[in-house]
Amino acid sequence: MQIQSMFFKQRATEKLGDALLQGNMKKAKGKFVDGRARAVAEFGVWEELRTHAAMIRDRALANLDAYLVEFERNATRRGAVVHWAESAEDACRIIVDIATRNGVKKVAKSKSMVSEEVNLNERLEEAGIQVVETDLGEYILQLAKEPPSHIVAPAVHKSKEQVAELFVQAHGKPRLTEIPAMTREAREALRDHFLTADMGISGSNFVIAETGTTLTVTNEGNADMVTTLPRIHCVITGIEKVIGTFEDFASLIRLLPRSAIGQTITNYLTLTTGLKMPGDADGPEQMHIVLVDAGRTKLVGSDLQEMLRCIRCGACMNHCPVYQNVGGHAYGWVYPGPMGSILTPVYVGLENAGDLPNAATFCGECAVACPVKIPLPDLMRKLREQQFDRKLRPWAERMAIAGWSFMATRPALYALFAKVGARVGSWLGGREGLIHSLPGIDGWTKGRDMPAPQGRTFRELYKQKSREHG
Amino acid sequence: MGARENILARIRKAQGRSGSEPTEAEMAMVREAIARHEVGPQPPFAHAPDRLAQFRKECERLGTTHATLASEGDIPAEVARYLAAGRLAPALAGWSEFAGLDWAGAGIEFRNRPANADDATGLTGSFCAIAETGTVLLLSSPAAPKVTALLPETHVCVVRASRLLDTMEDSFALLRTEVGEPPRAVFFVSGPSRTADIEQTIVIGAHGPYRVHIVIVA
Repeated sequence: MQIQSMFFKQRATEKLGDALLQGNMKKAKGKFVDGRARAVAEFGVWEELRTHAAMIRDRALANLDAYLVEFERNATRRGAVVHWAESAEDACRIIVDIATRNGVKKVAKSKSMVSEEVNLNERLEEAGIQVVETDLGEYILQLAKEPPSHIVAPAVHKSKEQVAELFVQAHGKPRLTEIPAMTREAREALRDHFLTADMGISGSNFVIAETGTTLTVTNEGNADMVTTLPRIHCVITGIEKVIGTFEDFASLIRLLPRSAIGQTITNYLTLTTGLKMPGDADGPEQMHIVLVDAGRTKLVGSDLQEMLRCIRCGACMNHCPVYQNVGGHAYGWVYPGPMGSILTPVYVGLENAGDLPNAATFCGECAVACPVKIPLPDLMRKLREQQFDRKLRPWAERMAIAGWSFMATRPALYALFAKVGARVGSWLGGREGLIHSLPGIDGWTKGRDMPAPQGRTFRELYKQKSREHG
Repeated sequence: MGARENILARIRKAQGRSGSEPTEAEMAMVREAIARHEVGPQPPFAHAPDRLAQFRKECERLGTTHATLASEGDIPAEVARYLAAGRLAPALAGWSEFAGLDWAGAGIEFRNRPANADDATGLTGSFCAIAETGTVLLLSSPAAPKVTALLPETHVCVVRASRLLDTMEDSFALLRTEVGEPPRAVFFVSGPSRTADIEQTIVIGAHGPYRVHIVIVA
């Protein structure tokens, strides 16, 4: 996907003014947040499981090379071909090669965020291969020629009326108004593609070292068609997805759908190991697994390594007040919300995504919701420090931070400055107690007033109260 | 050096190890950790005193219907009742393990082959079932085509009561003792297929079956 993250501020402003999007986002918010809260409340040992899951991920990441080699050995033993891709371009080249070598005309795809990351669809289409997205959300976006705006619910920003319009254009049938009828029409349109595709491409939520297994987690059943029906199955996934055992998977899968949408389990979970066996009625004759780096090794061993634990549930964005208001497209790349505010700068360069680590209120909800305990606000803070050190933020902002840092480390000076500031602020606020414009940072007061200080600082009040109460 | 070596070398360098291949000692340590098959915390309801009641409760939450029969011989009559109640055609494609039952006597056409896109109903068995989540586990094999559970609009699945387990971890332990290595597809089905991709509104029947009916045989 084309990187647009450098335009975050501009795009966020546009999205805030988009009444249709605002309506669509409001509808979604409650369903995600309330659903997760209910599922967590009835679980009983949620915190213990989060701790265990973080350990599962850390254990594999601490010996990532050995886990990957063990996975490769077992997958190969079962007849799959494991490919390694250092970059997005390499991943696409490998898959286009497999397709052209095997005379593939049509690819049926189930949802894969890594494939969005590397622009796989475009590369396949350039090679003259038809690509059909089969996840309903991704199918809608393929018709709309838009990127996903959420990693679990890619078309969350679309209303049913917008979907109905896309279906009228694509299917040439009368306009539908009810969601079940639209879903049936899409099912019928896609069924034939599953049966006639030469190659299926899926992602893999995790890969399992002990058995060389890849896997899909879906409600629709499309991934099962994609991994079962075509004669070639190709998996594209990130190198960080490796875990040890089926038992590790059992723990993680208790967290994933609950965190994503409050479901205890998804309708389909398929652990796929190797090829069609002799006598099997279904299954592919060739299986290829493409393990993609494309920036992930930059996180290994860094002070941001915890980000590699991510299991792509979307809870952090569902709970983020910034995401809830601007939607996923404002973030300008594949991964929106708090997890994207860390991954995007690392994968595409901090200089191209400077606003993202700052697009946070630091309310901490994302860290609370994260099923694998990634300290997301802390990681964003580390990226902000890097920006400061590498002089990537505007001069005025850096000076302001340096000034604040100078004061904050000198308590007496800070107290004096705060005292004067509180009194000047109080005077500026006038009788209403509101400041309408702040010189130098007028963006802040463009759509709102700043409540004026009351005239005395916290420390002055604290001292006074302590005296009063002896 | 190739991509594989470059990636492995970058990981090792970042973690303070040299070379582009894990050492034998490192591999042994990882294999040892794997071989422990450590089980994580499980929710209290995963070990319900009445396993069958827990299984039925979760099935109902998922929109799966169920029936309990005294013996295998009762399956054709139950399937006939279920199909008639849903105004569904009295024909199905089924796994060969059920071919010997008296289907004609129940007025049902039994097609002893993997289902295709034109079959309205598919009948499968199961390796085991999981009470915690109301799930059935299907293992692919020549006698157990996965498509039969996937392509038809209705999936009828037979579960033996003795094969009802508490958790997914229990099913993996059973898989190791009875089968050994996992087959091509280890396929967990929990209710009819669904989607919430349009306005987060749940719709039953996305790409897979609209209906799942579980027949528990004592």
